[in-house]
Amino acid sequence: MTDVAIDVNTGEVVVFWVCAILAVAGALGMVLSRKAVHSALWIALTMINLAVLYVANSAPFLGMVQIIVYTGAVMMLFLFVLMVVGVDSSDSLIETIKGQRAAALVLGIGLAALLVWGIGNGLAETSAIGLDEANAQDGGNVQGIANLIFTKYLLAFELTSALLITAAMGAMVLAHRERWTERPSQRIRSIARFQRDGHPGNLPNPGVYARHNAVDTPALLPDGSTLDLSVPAPVRSRADARPIDHADVDEVREITEGKSE
Amino acid sequence: MTGSQFGLFGTDPWWLVILKVVAIFAMLVVLTLFTIWWERRVVSRMQNRIGPNRVGPQGLLQSLMDGFKLALKEEIIPKSAHLAVYWIAPIISATAAFLAFAVIPFGPTVSIFGVETPLQLTDFPVSVLYVLAIASIGIYGIVLAGWSSGSTYPLLGGLRSSAQMISYEIAMGLSFVAVFLYAGSMSTSEIITAQEPIWFAVILLPSFIIYVTSMVGETNRAPFDLPEAEGELVGGFHTEYSSLKFAMFFLAEYINMVTVSALATTLFLGGWMAPWPLSLWAGANTGWWPLLWWLVKVQLFIFMFIWLRATLPRMRYDQFMQFGWKFLIPISIAWIMVVATAKALRNDVQLSNVEILAAGAIVIVVLLAGSWIVQSRQDRKFAEEAEAEALALATPFDPMAGGFPVPPMPGQQYSFTSRRELAQGTTIVQERAPEESAADTDPATEAEAPSEEDTHG
Repeated sequence: MTDVAIDVNTGEVVVFWVCAILAVAGALGMVLSRKAVHSALWIALTMINLAVLYVANSAPFLGMVQIIVYTGAVMMLFLFVLMVVGVDSSDSLIETIKGQRAAALVLGIGLAALLVWGIGNGLAETSAIGLDEANAQDGGNVQGIANLIFTKYLLAFELTSALLITAAMGAMVLAHRERWTERPSQRIRSIARFQRDGHPGNLPNPGVYARHNAVDTPALLPDGSTLDLSVPAPVRSRADARPIDHADVDEVREITEGKSE
Repeated sequence: MTGSQFGLFGTDPWWLVILKVVAIFAMLVVLTLFTIWWERRVVSRMQNRIGPNRVGPQGLLQSLMDGFKLALKEEIIPKSAHLAVYWIAPIISATAAFLAFAVIPFGPTVSIFGVETPLQLTDFPVSVLYVLAIASIGIYGIVLAGWSSGSTYPLLGGLRSSAQMISYEIAMGLSFVAVFLYAGSMSTSEIITAQEPIWFAVILLPSFIIYVTSMVGETNRAPFDLPEAEGELVGGFHTEYSSLKFAMFFLAEYINMVTVSALATTLFLGGWMAPWPLSLWAGANTGWWPLLWWLVKVQLFIFMFIWLRATLPRMRYDQFMQFGWKFLIPISIAWIMVVATAKALRNDVQLSNVEILAAGAIVIVVLLAGSWIVQSRQDRKFAEEAEAEALALATPFDPMAGGFPVPPMPGQQYSFTSRRELAQGTTIVQERAPEESAADTDPATEAEAPSEEDTHG
């Protein structure tokens, strides 16, 4: 495959074996975990280790973007959804589609074979010149990526971004809810609360006194009349407030007058 | 990673690397202890109090003692906690906080024990992105702490922080773009040298303001401290944490404050370079002096954090999100377009400053005219809508329109249906009519009909 002697120093070997083992362990953990959140964490581990491997292979931009985009944004959104929806219990392992496992196995092996064949074939025709030389062609790793994205792969790049934007728009349309009326802002609600008919503070409690302890009993004002505002609105609006017992009123008045003497 | 421009990085002997790592670690821990004390003292002064002044001179050792006490406290782990994740969350948080400092430059090349070396642990072509990446790993600590506590308030705090940090990281990343365009590099040391004549805070002021705003959101500090809003969420994501694990979150929060301040210094305030009057002195940017300028600049940002906390009330969550998505991000994108256009014009078309300014003026005039047209159209649309609404209000709401119970149309007021009215009418509840009409005769219930819709409590 290559006739260039690739000098691999010890540091690189150590990084490779540590990160490769962790990445594979993360992938296995992702598949084998029963809890969805644990699966998400395992795959985050895999992604971070892949990023370290990218950096070790002189692709620092790719490595950092891998962490920012995949670990930081995509996996975080996954976690977010898992936490909101609360997919906590272990998934049921019953096959809902007949022959799914066999099909998955065949397709998985097929994909692996295809990748190995494709990459091996592609690499067979190219000769490696070494990472430093590859990066140096455009004056650096970042410049090299920029050069490729904005010249050779411009169409693919723009198409991908169009696809992503379309998907984002679709998600927004699906999640959109039409409001019938404008949502009252904090300001409007505050003004309404302090207007003439509004009541800025807590409403007075219903007349829960000696003989009654039901909320439909209106509070009594000092002059013996009732305060309808003290009855909860649903009861009030049904005109279901309890009629006042005048014996109570008289009794209260007697007591208060007796005390005041 | 030994490209030509990073000649001095990656060539340190192993003992110097270890020395730098230990020095940065120690500096961050000491800075945290100092910042906690400093914050408590400053906030106290701003609130007409004195603040901690008992332990050590001026109370300087207070946070050290608090740290000891915190570490020795009993640790309470909730029964419903997911143990492995519960353990790992504070570790992720604290580790990520320390890691970000690896690429922050403290000063120019100095001589340490006879070795010429930059005052910076390491640097590489995308080191600013590295800080962003580490920050996004740090969020995991908070989110996982919230989830693994097995309790409602921490979960809500964790959700809030993940939403908040993702949103504000976008604005933050966008504010970097203009800096990258002007510096022509994403490495921290090169960005500093690119600010030689004038700081990016001056020529890229909008980016600077956007970054400073989003860095407060990114560190969960007041007025954006919604993940740990005491009034709403007890302690937020760390409600169920105690003892050393809580201390690690605390440490991470303060180190993150220092980190974002240091990044702001690096990207916008010229890093370790001396500010104007000092820069007249030839020796200001050599030797160990720049470390002092760097520290002063970082402390200015930290003071700003403290000042904000003492001054501003916490934002409401929906307003906070709207501010991030509907204000900061669009403004950032528009500003990047402006910067990129100006840069491209300067590079390719060879326009003079006057020509660029004239073109800018024309663009602004066109934009103003366009927005005026859009605005007047929108005004007309709103007027039409208001008219339609008034018309809808004029027709009274009929809850049984067409014989079926229907909700009110837009603009119509919903009214409660009184059983008494139903009884008087000829509608469905005929069989209940006798007892209702009996109640009707009672004068006490005839009190004025309630017009307002306020509910109790």
